[in-house]
Amino acid sequence: MKIMVAIKRVVDYAVKIRVKSDKSGVETQNVKMSMNPFCEIALEEALRIKEAGMASEVVAVTMGLKQCVDTLRTGLAMGADRGIHVETGGPLYPLSVAKLLRALVEVEKPGLLILGKQAIDDDCNQTGQMVAGLLNWPQGTFASKVVLDKEKQVVTVDREVDGGLETLCLDLPAVITTDLRLNQPRYATLPNIMKAKSKAIKKFSPEDLNVEIKSDIEEVQVTEPPKRKAGVILSSVDELIDKLKNEARVI
Amino acid sequence: ISTLVLAEHEGGAIKPQSVSAVKAAKSLSNDNPISLLLAGSGSALHEAAANAASCDPSVSEVLVADSDEFSHPLAEPWKGGYSHVITASGSFGKNILPRAAALLDVSPITDVIEISDPHLFVRPIYAGNALCTVRYTGAGPCLLTVRSTSFPVPSILANSKSNEAPITQVDLSTFGEDSVGKSRYVKHTSQDTERPDLGNARVVVTGGRALKSAENFKMIEKLAEKLAAAVGATRAAVDAGYVPNDLQVGQTGKIVAPELYMAFGVSGAIQHLAGMRDSKVIVAVNKDAEAPIFQVADYGLVGDIFEVIPELLEKLPETK
Repeated sequence: MKIMVAIKRVVDYAVKIRVKSDKSGVETQNVKMSMNPFCEIALEEALRIKEAGMASEVVAVTMGLKQCVDTLRTGLAMGADRGIHVETGGPLYPLSVAKLLRALVEVEKPGLLILGKQAIDDDCNQTGQMVAGLLNWPQGTFASKVVLDKEKQVVTVDREVDGGLETLCLDLPAVITTDLRLNQPRYATLPNIMKAKSKAIKKFSPEDLNVEIKSDIEEVQVTEPPKRKAGVILSSVDELIDKLKNEARVI
Repeated sequence: ISTLVLAEHEGGAIKPQSVSAVKAAKSLSNDNPISLLLAGSGSALHEAAANAASCDPSVSEVLVADSDEFSHPLAEPWKGGYSHVITASGSFGKNILPRAAALLDVSPITDVIEISDPHLFVRPIYAGNALCTVRYTGAGPCLLTVRSTSFPVPSILANSKSNEAPITQVDLSTFGEDSVGKSRYVKHTSQDTERPDLGNARVVVTGGRALKSAENFKMIEKLAEKLAAAVGATRAAVDAGYVPNDLQVGQTGKIVAPELYMAFGVSGAIQHLAGMRDSKVIVAVNKDAEAPIFQVADYGLVGDIFEVIPELLEKLPETK
């Protein structure tokens, strides 16, 4: 069984982002870019399944600008067997990504498609559910535990839901989106980084996959959120209780 | 304009988040018939439907889909030709809505915090460090998940029995996907629910890594009990295993906006602030005077939480 993992290149999670003064977006020039943390978790999970002898190959796929290849190389250095890059120009919204993924699934025929539950740039949390719908596959979103049963061709997924955990059993092929606590992704070692340079990356254009990139949403502007101003520093618990009681009137 | 609100229910009542979704639907337009869709099975569903029918005077219709199959995402909301479909941004709505949107070939809009006009929405990006205004330009219905904290409802629901919307049974089985049956519900493990729900509590008491152990974290729980508050935690505290993960407040956890948010030993990482910055009153106690949490706190106390919390426990008045 093949596992396909989708990965996204985003502004590194540790970067303090800056909104452009013309409100056209967030500054991404000369900013450190990395693999979306949830995608790292997705890839790690795929690698662990393969290492446990339950999968034959891990294929990492990405979509977007030319530079996304760098992120794909990181994925190959972590251990993915090969990569696919669908190169696109302009903005790419989840619906288009889901359609491109569906097309790639039809080419590669994986038994499992694993994605991060959301990207930390647009915080959409949509792509996995959308591609599952398009493929008519069952979905296990926000996974914190994944147990594959190769014999029965099912996967059991613990999902992080409001107020607890939900356990689902899905027939393969299936879509899984990963939550933070699923695993601790590995770092790419130097020898593996070197090895990754010779791994194959196949390029596609949206036209090759018969997917038309169009969008039904338009970003009007990006602004800074209202700033909360710092309040006062108090000197004692008594003063705090007094303020909460008599000034804020919340207790 | 007409709106379908996909509602969640539990124990025979509509969830407060879904009432917030109705509130959001109302802000689309004054002239907006709102239908509520509840899916599930059995008597609890019908109790919830009756409850939903009177949850807000602007609800014009309640649709009930009663079937054993509804543990899995449905993809039927276009039924009836609604212009908008809204659900609350919880794990329920986020699981379902994008799937439905893909099948409708439209782009859904996640985490709406403001509705400027029926097709213009504001949503946070980059963990709330920027706000993006998006216009929906598609021809199909507009699918939204809304942050319930941005559309607050009065805590006591107006029980206006006089204004009850009609309840209609709908059969959605004809819309069934082939994938029904490919996923099976196994179980749900829930944490003890004696305390108020984190997402809707009036007061939230949160502990960070500085608590140092699960044992010490019990102090936070005691304090929460005294204040009739929900307990929250930072990602660091969750990762360290002090508390279960569904208590995590932040970008990737719960988004809360209580009247009072008290943070103990929380440094204030941007991912955490993203989850609580809309709280009305923020109290921070930390021994590091430089901790970023103090930049958003209304009341700060620089001190050792192991001294402050016991003192608070002793001096705080009992909540009635």
